[in-house]
Amino acid sequence: MGAVKVLLRNPRREVDVPGPITIVNLLARFDLNREAVIVIRDGELVPGDATLADDESIEIRPVISGGAW
Amino acid sequence: MKCTVCKGPAIIDIRRHNANFCTEHFLEQCKRQVTKAIDEFDMIGTDDRVLVAVSGGKDSLAVWDLLVELGYRADGLYIGLGIGDYSDVSGTYARDFAAERGLTLLEVDLPGTYGYDIPTGSRAARRAPCSACGLSKRHLFDRAALEGAYDVLVTGHNLDDEAAVLFGNTLHWHTEYLGRQLPVLPARDGFPRKVKPLVRLTERETAAYCVVRGIDYLVEECPMAAGNRHLTYKAALNDIEKASPGAKHSFYFGFLDRAAAHFAPEAESDRVELGACTSCGAPTTAEVCAFCRLVDRAGGALPEAGTPTAVAVELGPTRAGATSGAVR
Ligand code: SF4
Ligand SMILES: [Zn+2]
Ligand SMILES: [Zn+2]
Repeated sequence: MGAVKVLLRNPRREVDVPGPITIVNLLARFDLNREAVIVIRDGELVPGDATLADDESIEIRPVISGGAW
Repeated sequence: MKCTVCKGPAIIDIRRHNANFCTEHFLEQCKRQVTKAIDEFDMIGTDDRVLVAVSGGKDSLAVWDLLVELGYRADGLYIGLGIGDYSDVSGTYARDFAAERGLTLLEVDLPGTYGYDIPTGSRAARRAPCSACGLSKRHLFDRAALEGAYDVLVTGHNLDDEAAVLFGNTLHWHTEYLGRQLPVLPARDGFPRKVKPLVRLTERETAAYCVVRGIDYLVEECPMAAGNRHLTYKAALNDIEKASPGAKHSFYFGFLDRAAAHFAPEAESDRVELGACTSCGAPTTAEVCAFCRLVDRAGGALPEAGTPTAVAVELGPTRAGATSGAVR
């Protein structure tokens, strides 16, 4: 059975999500704020209006750094 | 989604600018924002020798790359903090970045040169890790910038960082800090000029910039950062930004335009006379500076006098031909 393979970071883990699904809905599903992540497929940025199909692999990468100095 | 500039396929939307960009125009946009920040606040002169504080994360590598792209003479400085795997891996990213581009990277190793690491130092001095770390980094960056005769020290602080710090300082009315929270701190009394060219870019944009430019950076967070207040403030501001695009920008730049000056007198009166630390010579209000006290409590020691604290790293063949501004 196909699914969108989603790589999440910090901690690193992989989750299957049934496709097709838009980036906006995917982020909502993980309760992620669009300001706090970028989505990457094959080393390239995926725009927010893209739709992901089953068997595609993407990474949702957090962009928030924590050091206060 | 189409690029606002050329109508080609867009790779990113930036809601606070109400714009979408293709690869080419996104890179142009990042350069334009950095140029604007540098010009607006008079950050860096064209002939200045620049030292970039490099952590191996997205912001410091992005700002180094952008400055080099814009034609500035910029070397990097990496500090090994002794935070386990995090330090080992982050150093690799910094070194690889420099080596691939033929850039000069200076390095200071805290455990190797000063005999303590951040986890130990923080426990011994009873300071939060980020506080002990920030104190150590500020001291070593200042020192390396002055020893290497650099005109300006660059850090990778972005709009989210500055908005979050402002949020914290406002929430607790730390008015003594508000007058000093500026994107440029002029050189004075043994401190180099310090500038933040990324203040017009958000973290999402600096991360996107790295992906688009093929810059490999350390995505994993420093283990010491977990749960700190800074992260809470950033999350809160992003919730507001989501509902009201441009909120972070107007919060921070509105502060600079209309509020910061009101707090300047307090910051000024706070500025007591500085003398030289009797141990290391750094400017301080006490007899021995906060850094030397930290080193002492952490059971470390200053290196022998005359030992350079920052050394240029051998980067292999790619460095040949690069104009080297390394500290000798
Ligand atoms: S998160 Fe804190 S301890 Fe870790 S590198 Fe940043 S300032 Fe230092
Ligand atoms: Zn375009
Ligand atoms: Zn000292």
